Amino acid sequence: MGAAMKKSMPRELTRQQYLDLYYYMRLNRAVEETMVKLFRQNKIVGGLYSSLGQEAISVGTCYALEKKDWIAPMIRNIGALLVKGVPPRDIFMQHMAKYDSPTKGRDGTSHFGDLDNLHIVSPISMLGDLIPVMAGVAIGGRYLGQKIVAMTWIGDGGSSTGVFHEGLNFAAAQKAAFVLILENNLWAYSTPVGRQVPLENLADRATGYGMDSYIVDGNNVVAVYKTAREAVERARAGEGPILIEAKTFRRLGHAQHDPAEYVPKEMRAYWEARDPIALYEKFLTGEKLLDAPVKKEIDERLETLLEAEREFAENSPMPPPEFAEGGVYCTGDDCHKIQARWERPIAEVTPPKSSVKAVWTVPGFGSGKGSGGVDAAIHFGDAPAVMDKPANNGRSAKAAAKPAAKTAPKKAKAAAAGASRKARR
Amino acid sequence: MAGGNGAATNGFASGGRQVTFLEAIRQAMFEEMERDPTVLLMGEDVGVYGGAFKTSEGLLERFGWERVIDTPISESAIIGAACGMSYVGLRPICEMQFIDFIVCAFNQITNFLAKGHYLWNAPAPIVIRGPSGGGVHGGPFHSANPEMYFVHTPGLKVIYPSTPYDAKGLLKAAVRDNNPVLFFEHKFLYRRIKGEVPAEDYTVPIGKSVVRREGRHLTILSYAAMMHASLEAADALAKEGIEAEVIDLRTLLPLDEESILSSVKKTNKCLVVHEDTKTGGIAGEIAALLCEKAFSDLDGPLVRVTALDTPVPYAPTLEEYFLPNAKKVFAAAKELARY
Ligand SMILES: Cc1ncc(C[n+]2csc(CCOP(=O)(O)OP(=O)(O)O)c2C)c(N)n1
Ligand SMILES: [Mg+2]
Repeated sequence: MGAAMKKSMPRELTRQQYLDLYYYMRLNRAVEETMVKLFRQNKIVGGLYSSLGQEAISVGTCYALEKKDWIAPMIRNIGALLVKGVPPRDIFMQHMAKYDSPTKGRDGTSHFGDLDNLHIVSPISMLGDLIPVMAGVAIGGRYLGQKIVAMTWIGDGGSSTGVFHEGLNFAAAQKAAFVLILENNLWAYSTPVGRQVPLENLADRATGYGMDSYIVDGNNVVAVYKTAREAVERARAGEGPILIEAKTFRRLGHAQHDPAEYVPKEMRAYWEARDPIALYEKFLTGEKLLDAPVKKEIDERLETLLEAEREFAENSPMPPPEFAEGGVYCTGDDCHKIQARWERPIAEVTPPKSSVKAVWTVPGFGSGKGSGGVDAAIHFGDAPAVMDKPANNGRSAKAAAKPAAKTAPKKAKAAAAGASRKARR
Repeated sequence: MAGGNGAATNGFASGGRQVTFLEAIRQAMFEEMERDPTVLLMGEDVGVYGGAFKTSEGLLERFGWERVIDTPISESAIIGAACGMSYVGLRPICEMQFIDFIVCAFNQITNFLAKGHYLWNAPAPIVIRGPSGGGVHGGPFHSANPEMYFVHTPGLKVIYPSTPYDAKGLLKAAVRDNNPVLFFEHKFLYRRIKGEVPAEDYTVPIGKSVVRREGRHLTILSYAAMMHASLEAADALAKEGIEAEVIDLRTLLPLDEESILSSVKKTNKCLVVHEDTKTGGIAGEIAALLCEKAFSDLDGPLVRVTALDTPVPYAPTLEEYFLPNAKKVFAAAKELARY
């Protein structure tokens, strides 16, 4: 049905929810501002990315999830990490490659997760890879009866990868409880969206997968939250995956090194006038949800928090060099005890209850009719049914060259297999 | 072949008798799914059709649609989804319809799956399996031996068995392993090889080779289909008074260095036979290992009998020329023994 601006649910937010959204956007921005300072002091290892002007998306979407739900944030989704409950010190330490960071210095930037407690899957650099992964989380969660929703984010640029297509199609075919947020910030590094995708609305991509989609103003946190909440509820109810295109703008360069001189001045000016935090403050003030004392309290709270978190992070040591080694493999149960959290009767997925009539629409096809093993038509059906000599049956050059000659299949089915081998391409 | 089509076992042999290589694989999956409800199978045409080679026949009927998942033709999505499933505690088995297509998921496997434990302390108990290898006129896109792309990837385990016993025992071990395991099934062996598998549950340890034939004049290291060519060559060599020790590597990553070294220290000569192409094949890695750790024990050069450094050609005459075989192994071994 394509992209349609859905009417938001009538239900309004509580005062606390309004203020939470504000707090997390402010926290998101303050964390990134702290990191810019650290970057300028040469304390960040490698590049530093920014989500300036996109905070409403990370915060508004993730805030729509329940605690048990799963996210896989991308590099501009620090806000989602914070909403999920990641302490700022982890983000700082991760960017400084410290030993106490979640990956202990083995990776940097926002490449980390928390599978056990917060249900966060780490991103990797390869854009789009998280889409099938999160589809798998959703399918796996459903299998276990957990009623979870999985969410991840992708850029306008990342939406052209092959794995974006494979992942969304699979998620849709499986009706996975999966919500994808497509952050259209108009740029992929230096390339404008119009040069990458011949579509006005990237939400239209969903149509190709039979998925429903929304378009939302990505600089309006309440709109983002309400849209995400509706999408999450629908996905959880079994309606299948949903795509939300959030229209926004990447205010800084691709990363700290990039002055983004390729961005037209008018475009930047237009979006700078639509800063999501400034807009929201105005809204909150108008609604009498925020006043000067409350704002001051939040300012102070953020300052105290981030000062302590930054200090902790700076005091963490670099990993000892030899930590580069080891840890590549799970060494067994004492390393990881893998356990599934079942929230449905296991009997439902084990025989005899799990057993089904294995047929598509042609009566009688499937249902164990195919094989009896040796008789079944298989790819490369010229393979002899069974070799006479059980052991030591080396492949002589002769046998390899003319495999069908000596052991021509006698049964009708096997003969058909030989024929289909020829026809298969 | 597994007889009967009894309702209780869905036509599966109960073990304790001669089964084909293919049947051994089917039994391993069946039994693991029976044993552990977190084990699922995903792949193209694995459900109603039972797989292009019928390795999953009867599984859907027994375990249902949620555990035997027919996927779209999306190798990256299959592997990606398996990663996600593993994060909630499941143990998916992913079938590549032909192992050649595994490289369509190369990025997901090498960048996401393999790095997870090192970076995020995230175990990924995933098996990726599928029919590999040549000799059946599959041509350049249905005959691949892509094992070395993955042997070069820390975080993976790579298995390539040669007998029904090993195939079943190693596949069961792979399903129970907490790491991503790539399991290559040489399709030439599917129905050509039959062997005994025990009736009772068993596993074969990952990372351990096995001596298939003892000898003192030289060591032949091989795996998968070439194991059989090597044994045939060893028979012929014995008739000429050359006793080759033949070792089946079974697991390529991690490589059983200890057994390789102890055999070569005994025989002082080493021949490696693989169906994979020569450059970058495991033989090169073994040569390096011997240079590092058994240099003074060697009484001759390490010799490689491998496929040519070309794509797998289609016409039978070309493919026969391309592939190693018992005759080529015999000739090379004889020369090395005399060195
Ligand atoms: C598959 C892949 N190719 C190339 C890159 C290099 N790269 C990193 S970010 C980026 C631009 C991404 O643009 P977009 O998806 O719109 O995200 P944004 O930076 O705007 O948030 C590129 C090309 C990558 N990370 N992954
Ligand atoms: Mg972009």
